[in-house]
Amino acid sequence: MKGILRSLALVEFAVAASAHAQSTATETSTHGQQRPVVIASKPFGESYLLCEMFAQLLESRGMSVERRPGLGATEIAFGALRTGAIDVYPEYTGTGLVAVLHDSLPDSVMADSRAVFAHVARRFTDEYGVRWLPPLGFQNTYAIAVTRATANKYHLRTLSDLARESPHLTAGFTADFIGRSDGLVGLSRVYGLHPRAVRPLAPAVKYQALASGAVDVIDGYSTDGLLARYDLVTLIDDRHFFPPYEAAALVNGKLESQIPSAVAGLTLLSGRLDEKTMRQLNRRVEVDGEDVRVVAADELKTLGLIGGRQSTARVEQSRSGFARYMWDRRSDLAALTLRHLLLVGLALLAAVIVAVPLGLFLERTRPLAEPSIGALGVLQTIPSIALLAFMIPLLGVGVIPALVALWLYALYPIARGTYTGVRDADPDAVAAAEALGTTPVQRLMWVRLPLAAPVIMAGIRTAAVITVGAATLAAFIGAGGLGEPIVAGLALADTRMILSGALPAAALALLVDGVLGLVERLIAPAHRREGIWRRRAPLMRTSNV
Amino acid sequence: MPTPLAARNVSHRFGSVVALDDVSIDVPAGRAVALVGESGSGKTTLLRCFNRLVEPLRGEVRVGDHDVRAQPAVLLRRGIGYVQQHGGLLPHWRVLRNVALVPILREMTDAVDVARRALELVGLPVSDFGHRFPHELSGGQRQRVALARSIAARPGVILLDEPFGALDAISRAELQESFDAMRRELSVTTLLVTHDLAEAGQLADEVVVMRAGRIEQQGTMRTLITAPATDYVARLIARARAGLEALRL
Repeated sequence: MKGILRSLALVEFAVAASAHAQSTATETSTHGQQRPVVIASKPFGESYLLCEMFAQLLESRGMSVERRPGLGATEIAFGALRTGAIDVYPEYTGTGLVAVLHDSLPDSVMADSRAVFAHVARRFTDEYGVRWLPPLGFQNTYAIAVTRATANKYHLRTLSDLARESPHLTAGFTADFIGRSDGLVGLSRVYGLHPRAVRPLAPAVKYQALASGAVDVIDGYSTDGLLARYDLVTLIDDRHFFPPYEAAALVNGKLESQIPSAVAGLTLLSGRLDEKTMRQLNRRVEVDGEDVRVVAADELKTLGLIGGRQSTARVEQSRSGFARYMWDRRSDLAALTLRHLLLVGLALLAAVIVAVPLGLFLERTRPLAEPSIGALGVLQTIPSIALLAFMIPLLGVGVIPALVALWLYALYPIARGTYTGVRDADPDAVAAAEALGTTPVQRLMWVRLPLAAPVIMAGIRTAAVITVGAATLAAFIGAGGLGEPIVAGLALADTRMILSGALPAAALALLVDGVLGLVERLIAPAHRREGIWRRRAPLMRTSNV
Repeated sequence: MPTPLAARNVSHRFGSVVALDDVSIDVPAGRAVALVGESGSGKTTLLRCFNRLVEPLRGEVRVGDHDVRAQPAVLLRRGIGYVQQHGGLLPHWRVLRNVALVPILREMTDAVDVARRALELVGLPVSDFGHRFPHELSGGQRQRVALARSIAARPGVILLDEPFGALDAISRAELQESFDAMRRELSVTTLLVTHDLAEAGQLADEVVVMRAGRIEQQGTMRTLITAPATDYVARLIARARAGLEALRL
């Protein structure tokens, strides 16, 4: 454990050092090549769209941009902004007030969205050095929605009506909403809302769940394109529980001093997007399945913020076959697959380097072994997404924290396999080798490791398959890989996009397992090899250890 | 060159269990001595003192002219042959390589030839058996390979711990015979642990009867039969004899 902490500290140091180097480089080249502006979003459609609009706006002004869409819910996205891992993402004042500041304001102030904005913006600047750019022009509040049939059956018009009937109703809320004090927690307190059951739902499926009758009430956003499509009834917030949710670009304080032109560029969107426009744009993405890039470019052109140069070549591809869809994205997918493989490979390699010697060491210190390996096993029980979230305060977002998290996951199966394999290696053979004058190192290298190889390799294969799967979640903290289309597809309710990440990931897991299976046969103890592998077993080898 | 073995006033405990209680024996150079007794009598512990798999708490153990602690255990063991009940062949090494283990450890340049000759000596021609893996042999053949491995580097001493205990009666008799012939040809000092009095009588020049960590009697089989030193020895011989009587028509 001490070793793990030390290496964590080392990684942290390395990240801090590189961040320092990066900031020094930026300071010295204010007029030369700028670093890219890192633009992120939360994992839902509107946030994606705004992220893409920010990105295209700055690109059209000659700035280089790095996109980190679908980074994670509020804690992750804001955490990343505060630590400087990202420069900007779209946020809502109500969320800032309640979920970040844990603040509340008198009803008189709450009713005035401008006053709320001023209050939130001031506290963010004072406490976090984070700046709210002027609002984009629309509010996107929570829309607690039911089907028209449910509304008629229970006579629901307001949230008070809903609270009265709630013991008969099943709620399907997003995980974010369930945990937030401006979500279910507060609704229960203020309205006495106590549904019969609360099912956590991914944003992408909540509308289908409601339409199919699996749940009776959901938390939507007032600008969601799907509200209109399913003919849903949005219940009125008759006690003014929800604060105003004015959308704006949230900008890290560093950006203004380092790349002032980026802040100036982003401000061009302020006040330009009204609710009607936003609902239409969301509908094009969520309902019509149009490409976010195309929708963003169209709107920026309409607003006169970018010229006609922007490519709209992909407009015609909206509803063709899945094979075609995959083929059109082959180079993107290849790049994502490669990145995925790189993440998995590096994490796995680091895990092998640490866990195999660890397993060998533990085998020599038996009393320590089970507790230590048990402790590693506890790591396995932490949900991947939680482990990734833990990494953000330590290591920020991006590849490093993802690698560390994946590495932690891979340790247990490998250490366990090594320990068990070496411990249980043919005791008669080991005893005889000792009695005939082999040194401990010779016994390890000639007898115990070769005999343990299949068990060690089985541990590595397990770790590899787990890592391929867990690495899809790395996209939530901006590490890229095949999770990227999965996260984006979940946010945009785009099944094809989800599959375009999930299917290659599944294939990759099978492939990795298969390849390691071949390696396993190659390094199996000679007497257990079969067929062509067998001939490679040496009759004599007299090298000394 | 055969090497004498000697233990002087050796005592050892495993935790609170007394394994050896002031034991002394001598094995003259080139002779064979059998340690006989029930499980827990201390015979295997005594055997293992000679190659330092057990370091006794008290007493002196000598191989040749030296205390066993005069050189590192690893070097000591490379000069002493050892066969255990389940041969302990390395399952992933072919027969020839298994037999060459000690010559390799001793960095003998002709390790392969040495191993080849040892295999011939135990009756397993290299051309038929050298390329096989241990699991491709019968139990008797595996013990022959273990025997070949223990004598390949021509040690002055060979220690055997129930070497034929796990074999069927026929392979056992065959192997006992060829071992006896081989031992005499190589004139190697032999210490043999067995619970089988008949085997001890057949293979050893002298027999040491052990019980609860002590020696009951040491002498030739003839002495044991004609002049048992204790009741226990007498009963042991009576029981072995009764076993043989049962086979008479």
